[in-house]
Amino acid sequence: MSPRLTLLFEQLPDLLGGHLTLAVPAIFIGVLISLPLGVLCVKSATIRGPVMSLVSLVQTVPSIALLAIMVALLGGTIGYWPAFIALLIYSILPIIRNTIVGLESVDPAMREAAKAVGMRPLQQLFRVELPLAFPVILAGIRTATVWVVGIATLSTPVGAPSLGNYIFSGLQLRDWQRVIFGCVATMTLSLVLDQLIAVIETSIQSRRKTSLALAMCAIVGLVAMGIVPGVLGPEAAGFSKLQEKENESEKSDSSGPLRTTLEGQVVRIGAKGFTEQFILAEILREKIEDAGGTPEVLSNMGSTIVFNALAKNTVDVYVGYTGTIWSTVLKETDPISRIAMRAAVAGRLYDEYGIVLAGALGFENTYALVARRQTVQRYGLRQIGNLTPVAKDLRIGGDPEFFGRPEWQRVRNLYALSDITEVGMDSTFMYQAVADGQVDVAAGFSTDGRIEAFDLAVLNDPKEAFPPYDAVLLLSPRAAKNRDLVHVLEPLLNQISVAAMRTANRRVDEDGVTPRVAADSLLNE
Amino acid sequence: MNMHVPAIELVSLTKCFGNSVEPAVKSVDLSVAQGEVLAIVGGSGSGKTTTLKMINRLIEPTSGSVKVMGEDVTNVDPVGLRRSIGYAFQGVGLFPHMSVGQNVGVTLQLLGWTKNSIIERVNELLTMVDLPADEYRDRLPSELSGGQQQRVGFARALASKPQAILMDEPFGALDPITRDALQQEFRSLQKKLELSVVLVTHDMSEAVLLADRIAVMHKGEIAQVASPQVLLTSPVNAYVAQLIDTPRRHSDFIESLLHGKASGGAR
Repeated sequence: MSPRLTLLFEQLPDLLGGHLTLAVPAIFIGVLISLPLGVLCVKSATIRGPVMSLVSLVQTVPSIALLAIMVALLGGTIGYWPAFIALLIYSILPIIRNTIVGLESVDPAMREAAKAVGMRPLQQLFRVELPLAFPVILAGIRTATVWVVGIATLSTPVGAPSLGNYIFSGLQLRDWQRVIFGCVATMTLSLVLDQLIAVIETSIQSRRKTSLALAMCAIVGLVAMGIVPGVLGPEAAGFSKLQEKENESEKSDSSGPLRTTLEGQVVRIGAKGFTEQFILAEILREKIEDAGGTPEVLSNMGSTIVFNALAKNTVDVYVGYTGTIWSTVLKETDPISRIAMRAAVAGRLYDEYGIVLAGALGFENTYALVARRQTVQRYGLRQIGNLTPVAKDLRIGGDPEFFGRPEWQRVRNLYALSDITEVGMDSTFMYQAVADGQVDVAAGFSTDGRIEAFDLAVLNDPKEAFPPYDAVLLLSPRAAKNRDLVHVLEPLLNQISVAAMRTANRRVDEDGVTPRVAADSLLNE
Repeated sequence: MNMHVPAIELVSLTKCFGNSVEPAVKSVDLSVAQGEVLAIVGGSGSGKTTTLKMINRLIEPTSGSVKVMGEDVTNVDPVGLRRSIGYAFQGVGLFPHMSVGQNVGVTLQLLGWTKNSIIERVNELLTMVDLPADEYRDRLPSELSGGQQQRVGFARALASKPQAILMDEPFGALDPITRDALQQEFRSLQKKLELSVVLVTHDMSEAVLLADRIAVMHKGEIAQVASPQVLLTSPVNAYVAQLIDTPRRHSDFIESLLHGKASGGAR
């Protein structure tokens, strides 16, 4: 097996476990809620209208948005619970709908027969109606299972590990093997659970108690397997890592003394979902590991989600960008100078959230409009202003978050670009798209290694429409009080140059090295 | 037990459905003596099934009363009432997810009989309807023929040793030979157990063969109640005459065939 594939398989127990502990209990509790609710809907028309409208309405909320909404509704809590609740909600509709259809398709003559032999209403329901509706209800549970297992991959951005970690990180790293691995693992899990439920169905119908028991045991066993590394995981996994560390430090003890100031401490590192963030998270991980701590990286988190987690101490440390915080957290529209913004952001984050801005890492990752050489020559592009006269013929690619940002509104207004066609796409595809001429301009990032890899030109911004984006080390209120942690992270400040960051990004994106290897070489420079 | 109390007595029983002005059943008076078979005959929409279902309160009457063994059923728990009256359905009505044994024993289970006494009674009933218990008890209804299903239906209706049973077109879906055999068996069982029976059918021949008395219903009302002989000889109106004419013509025709006097006119 190739070493890359081995790496993917090594992560499988944890991620599969996380996936199972989310999906299976969500479906199980979904059944417990939906079945009685479906029965009530059949028995009472007054309940049915509102319940069905609400359930169908919730189902139309895009799943990734529903997960994010759950984080907000739970007051910024990230991880298992928001993901679990969103999945639970998704499981309800198919089960409730099939319960209603199943009960209503019971032959009225059967209902009358049940009444005529002397059954009371509840006896009619449990002895005749539900057993006869059972195959249809079970079909609903199977639909819910396939949905929930698929949607559970979207738990990754809200900080709950799942098989989606392969897909999200694979997309960012342009590692298709990783993406496909995640998809195949998810599909396999769907099929296995679906078939187990099918076995339960046939064994109930043909009264085979042994195969029923076996299928039930298999499902319980799967969840139990998930719980062991998943829920007990932080301690269990942390324990084994500590053991490794102890072994290592024993080794290093023999070669020389190593001060381990974070011994026994778990430090949670938050990261968003792009290459640079993966590398920075690895840098933080390495620093914390070197100090004897137990780092836990929660990557692929959304901007607001990771920020709220930081404020709530569920994430301890995170590298943010001043411009992003300025607009999305502090809701400011007009940018100010780089130094002033850093000071203002630091002051307000501390006052309003208790978050401490420990300092800048040294580089800036700002937005940059980029174009390929042919386009530059054709339209004589030197700066963003040159786009204005030809805007209505041009297409600009950017990630969907970008087009929603006030910075883009500002650029559009200052350079009169309202006629340009916006094409939202994942940043993974953006550089390729602009290099191929599928879009004329792309909203890239100044540290992105692909700017050089694809030989793209950066358009100047003479009106300073884009605000400054200093990479800053942010500590949660609790982490900021942890002197040992601050002491461990301080050496990182003002040490990473734009060039070094761009090289590290390029090595991951273009040369295919892992973020950890890139982080290693960045630290060792 | 007073043998003079009718098993079932209907007094000016009326049912109006929803908003319809015309009642489905219009002040019907009927009584069924203990051990008697009463057939209710009529076309579709004559109100015969509605009348039957009001007896065990599957349908609640709009007005009038129903007495079972002299007791007004509007005052008793309808569930208890249904458990004490057997019911054999049009299209059998066996529960497809339960075995033959479970179907037969369902009312007994609802009545809280012990497991062993249920098994014993189910075996007895299956033997009574000519289905060897060991062979049939654990089969599903779908594994039986139509006639066998109907036998199971009878066994279920008889399970709680009811005084009275209600039957709604019980022989409707059977082939003629099976139907004939089952009708014979039903008649002998009924005599043996001295059952009081209300039998709803649209088939006058069946009513003539099985019933002690026949009530002809037309447009929600009783047109005539009489023994088969009286109906044949003195129908009260043209409708009754037309209904009773069918079995008469059939038997006349068969008779003439047997005596070689068939003519083109007797169809």
